[in-house]
Amino acid sequence: MTRQRLLDWTPPVIVFIAMLGLWEFIVWFNAIPPYVLPAPSLIARTLVNDWDTLFASMLVTLRITFEALVAAVVGGGLLALLFARWRWVERSFFPFAVVLQVTPIVAIAPLLLVYLESETAVLVCAFLVAFFPILSNTALGLASTDHNLVDLFDLYKASGFRQLMLLRLPAALPYFLGGLRIGGGLALIGAIVAEIAAGSAGQGAGLAYRIVESGFRLNIPRMFAALTLISATGILIFLLFSALSWALLSRWHDSARDRGG
Amino acid sequence: MAPIVRLRGVGKSFANGVTALEGLDLDVRAGEFLSLLGPSGCGKSTALRMIAGLAAPTRGDLVWRDATRPEVGFVFQEPTLMPWANVRDNVWLPLRLRNVSRAAAAARIDAALSMVGLGGFAGSYPRELSGGMKMRVSIARALVLRPALLLMDEPFAALDEITRLKLNNDLLALKAELDTTIVFVTHSVYESVYMSSRIAIFAARPGRIIETIEIDAPARRDEEFRLSAAYADNARRASAALHGAMEAEARP
Repeated sequence: MTRQRLLDWTPPVIVFIAMLGLWEFIVWFNAIPPYVLPAPSLIARTLVNDWDTLFASMLVTLRITFEALVAAVVGGGLLALLFARWRWVERSFFPFAVVLQVTPIVAIAPLLLVYLESETAVLVCAFLVAFFPILSNTALGLASTDHNLVDLFDLYKASGFRQLMLLRLPAALPYFLGGLRIGGGLALIGAIVAEIAAGSAGQGAGLAYRIVESGFRLNIPRMFAALTLISATGILIFLLFSALSWALLSRWHDSARDRGG
Repeated sequence: MAPIVRLRGVGKSFANGVTALEGLDLDVRAGEFLSLLGPSGCGKSTALRMIAGLAAPTRGDLVWRDATRPEVGFVFQEPTLMPWANVRDNVWLPLRLRNVSRAAAAARIDAALSMVGLGGFAGSYPRELSGGMKMRVSIARALVLRPALLLMDEPFAALDEITRLKLNNDLLALKAELDTTIVFVTHSVYESVYMSSRIAIFAARPGRIIETIEIDAPARRDEEFRLSAAYADNARRASAALHGAMEAEARP
């Protein structure tokens, strides 16, 4: 099992190290100046030297992403519950949720910046993109409850509230977590896009602002360092929600089934 | 003793104009094992759902012996377990919906599980069990409130033959032990003859009962019975009646 896992991980790690080596070699061999293309070693050094600034920005980006996610979970979850309870609410509101979803966030961001403080606008952008997958997945989950189980609850005259708590919510949980995993990645993208559109931020400058700022100063190594941290943040969010899914579903849901040896 | 429930002139039509049942007269006698046998689409499941109160008749009446529906257990064709709950909590559900705490229900849950031969599996999750074991959990859940009337909608149809024969015998033993009344929907002549004291044979389009046959054989059934002449005779009668039902359907 552990041996198999080691073998699974070996090829991508080798490819990763080989690509970094090739990059390093090309930069050194052609003597490419760092303001054109910095070598991986220089990016790593920049990451260490500018750690305080960059890490503070990473915390800002993470905070905005999670605030947006909490808002999307509360808003999307509640609206999904209303959809499941009253069909007319779904018919009335779902088209507008779709309109928000299909309009590119990068086109909405400048408009939001006209009306809102830049930090609030960034939060709203991140919320808007995370909202839809959580809403639609949760609504789908609530609607796909096993109808025989619904009959069973009716047979025992369970109230609507108990049916919701004991049946519909647990049945919707895998769908909700799927939406959360998509929404988590999208909230980060929304926050980054909005921050780049804002172009400047006061106290709480996130990672995307560091990229814009370093670009103005032709500090290319720092742009790469900030980019590296954005990727790391995305991976962190993905791993976090994968772990959450695993913790909540591994005992019973097929999506979390361990098919390994 | 008066029948537990009498169905009188019961009919069911759906909004799309399909008539699922028409003019159904049926008594469910206390203590009997009554099978509803017929081809698919004959309304036998609809009749069962109306007895359970899961569907309302469009026409006619259900008259209950004690003026109201007694405690009813229902077993679906699928095990219909909550996958997120272990076996104990699945069986707890009917009690939980009556506000009995898990601790207060423990003895009754254990009793129901040992009745169906799953004493050691309370902590298992449904996906860890075989199809037959899941169906046993489903039966334990239906029995945990000790219902006066157990309704079963083709419960063993999705199981393999060997598991089905075993569950047939176990269900008969349970019925003898609990002295409950069972209404059992099936499309298997052999299963209905083996299990029942009485078989109501349905025809389709519209769904109705065309014949009711009493199985004249001792109440105690075992594998010997499957090989007996009485079993063969009854199976022949039920088959003939079912063919009659199919004929009636072919020439309306």
